[in-house]
Amino acid sequence: MADVAVRQELAGGSLPARDILTLLAPSGVRREDPALECDLDAGAAARLWEAMVIGRRLDRAAVALTRQGELGVYASSAGQEACQVGPVLALDAEDWMFPTYRETVAVVTRGVDPVEALALYRGSAHCGFDPRAARIAPSATPIATQALHAVGFAMAAARTGSSVAALAFLGDGATSEGDAHEALNFAGVFRAPCVFFVQNNGWAISVPIEHQAGNVVLAARGAAYGIPALRIDGNDVLATYAATRAALARARSGGGPTLIEAVTYRMEAHTTADDPSRYREAAVLDAWRQRDPLARMERYLRDAGVLDDARVASVTAEADERAARLRRALQDAAPLDPLRLFDHVYSAPTPLLERQRAQLADELSRMEP
Amino acid sequence: MAQLTYREAVARGITQEMERDPTVLLIGEDVGAAGGAFKATVGLLERFGPARVRDTPIAEQAIIGAAMGAAMTGLRPIAEIMFSDFFAVCWDLVANQIAKTRYMTNGQVTLPLVIRSGNGGGSRFGAQHSQSVESWAMAIPGLKVVAPSTPTDVVGLLAAAVRDPDPVLFFEQKSLYATKGEVPDGEVVDELGTAKVVRQGSDATIVALAAMVPRAVAAASELAGEGIEATVIDLRSLVPLDVSTVAASVAATGHLFTVEENPRLCGWGAELTSVVADECFYDLDGPIVRVTTPHVPLPAADALEDLALPSPSLIADTVRRRIG
Repeated sequence: MADVAVRQELAGGSLPARDILTLLAPSGVRREDPALECDLDAGAAARLWEAMVIGRRLDRAAVALTRQGELGVYASSAGQEACQVGPVLALDAEDWMFPTYRETVAVVTRGVDPVEALALYRGSAHCGFDPRAARIAPSATPIATQALHAVGFAMAAARTGSSVAALAFLGDGATSEGDAHEALNFAGVFRAPCVFFVQNNGWAISVPIEHQAGNVVLAARGAAYGIPALRIDGNDVLATYAATRAALARARSGGGPTLIEAVTYRMEAHTTADDPSRYREAAVLDAWRQRDPLARMERYLRDAGVLDDARVASVTAEADERAARLRRALQDAAPLDPLRLFDHVYSAPTPLLERQRAQLADELSRMEP
Repeated sequence: MAQLTYREAVARGITQEMERDPTVLLIGEDVGAAGGAFKATVGLLERFGPARVRDTPIAEQAIIGAAMGAAMTGLRPIAEIMFSDFFAVCWDLVANQIAKTRYMTNGQVTLPLVIRSGNGGGSRFGAQHSQSVESWAMAIPGLKVVAPSTPTDVVGLLAAAVRDPDPVLFFEQKSLYATKGEVPDGEVVDELGTAKVVRQGSDATIVALAAMVPRAVAAASELAGEGIEATVIDLRSLVPLDVSTVAASVAATGHLFTVEENPRLCGWGAELTSVVADECFYDLDGPIVRVTTPHVPLPAADALEDLALPSPSLIADTVRRRIG
C-alpha cells in the first residue's frame, strides 16, 4: 500500500515523502536520522552551499548562452544541484565519476573549467576536459551505458588493490535501459566498488516516472541485486553528501556497491530543445520550489550563524564573475581547424584516412581566396 | 614447431600475451571453468586464476562495457562475445562508445582492448549463430578488424591486437577451430593491416578472408590442373586494409576476384572492389567479380548451408568462366 500511496502522490504531481531519508527539512531545520549520518558541521557544510550557488549560476548562464547561439543545446541541472554537488564533494581525489549529459554542475564542481565542461554542448569537442586529469569519464549521451563502464572500472580498480571507487550518475529514465540491469547485476555479483547515484527527477523527457516503472521506488531494485540501497531527499545536499560518503566508504572497505535513489525534480525542460508545457502542468513546479535545495541550505547556514548577508553577497559576486568569464571565453573562442576532423580516429591514421585528409586539405586550399 | 589446431592457437596466443603482460586479462561467458563455448580458452583459468580469467553472467553489454571501463584504468582486457551474432546485443557499447572514445576525447582516453568472437557459418548453427559480421565492424570508424585463417596467424595477430593501442575486433572463424597447422615455437607476433600472399600465380588474383582462404586455395589448385595459375591473397585484416598488396597483384594478373563469406550487400569485397576500380582500373583486363554468400540469412539445414557458402568449385567455376 505504501507503494501505491507514493505512486499516487507522484502521479498527482505532489511531493513524495514516504520512506525518504532527509537530514535537512525544506524549512532549513536540521534533522538526525540513524540511517544516515552526516559528519559535517554547519561550518564545513558551507562549501556545499557555495558549490550549489556557483553551479546554479553557471547553469543559468549556459541556458542563456544556448538562447544566444553560443551553445547548440543544453540540458539544465536546475533543481538538481544538491544531487550533483553532494556526491561530487563526497568523492576522494583519486575516485572517478561517470556522468551523463545532465551533470554539468557535477563536472564543474569536480573542478573542471566551465568552458571545458560545456564543449560538448558547444560542439567544439565531444569532451572538452582531460578525463584522466579530472578523473571524470566523458559524459555519456547514450542512456545508461556509463553505469557499465563504471562497474568495469571499479572491478579493475579493486583488482589492483587500490582504494579507488567509481561513482555512476544515472537518471530515472536510465533505469529502464537493459544496461542498468546488467550494470547492477554485474556489480552485485562481483562486489564492484561502485556507487550508483540515481537522480529520480520524475521525467524521462516527457514520460513521467509512473509510466516508466511499475514500482516507482527505484531503490527497491537494490534488493533484487543483493545491493544495499537507500532512498533519500535529492534536494537535501546534506543527505546526498552523507549517503554518497557512506556508500564510498563501504565500497573502499570491500563492501561492494550501493544504489542511492535521490528523489528530486527537473525544474527546467529536458533540454533547451524541449517544451515541457506540452506534457506537464507548470503548477507542479510551485510545490517543488518550496523544496529548493539552495534556499533550505541558506536558511540552515544562516540559522547556524555561518552565513550572513556579506558572505552571500561575496559568493554571489564570485558566481557572477565565473559566469561572465564563461560568456567571454565562448564569445572569443577561435575557429576550429577543419583538418582536425581526421585526428584521433586511430592511434595513427590508416592509409585511407591519410588520403581523405589530403583530399580535404586540397579542397580547402583551393577554396581560400 | 608445434602442430596446433586453430582453437588451441587461440589459447596459445592469449597465454603468450597474459604471461608477457600482467595487465592483460580475459573476460566473458564460460571462458574460465568451461574453457570456452568452442574450447578455445581451455586451461587459461587454471593457469592464470579467476582474477585474470573471469566468467561472467550472460550479459554482453556488461562484458563489453566493463571491458571498456577496465581499459580506462590501463588494463588490456580481452573480452569474448561467444557468437559474433551477439554483437547485435551490445553494439551500442562497441559502435557508439568504444570505437569513438579516442576521437571524442581528443586522444586523451584510449582503449587498448580486444574483443574476440566466434564468427561465421558452416557449423549448422542456423541464422542467428552463423553470421559473418566482420563487415558490420568494418563500417565503424575507430575499430580495427582482424580475421585470421591459420593457427600461426591466430597467435601472431592476436598478439598484435593485444599490443595495439586501438580497440580491435578479432574474429575467430568457427568452422576453422578444428583445422591444424604448424606454429613456430617461442613468441609469435604479427602486424595488423598486412595481407599475405599464400599462393603465387600470374593469371588471376583471388582475395579471401578467414574460412574462405582454404577454399580459395583449393579452387586455385583445381584451376592449376587446367593451366590457370591464380594468386591467392589472405586479406587477414579489414581495418587497416592492405590495398597495396592487392593492387600489386592485380597489376601483375589483370583480374580480381573476391571470396566473401558475408552476405552480398556491403561485404568487405565491395569496398575492396571500389578501391581497386578506382586505383587500378587500367591494370584490369576484365570486370572485378565478387563471390559471396547470397543475400540470405544462413539456413540451419546442412545441405542448404553448404549451397549458400562459397565453395571451392563455385570459386573455380567463377574464375574459369571469366578468364578461361
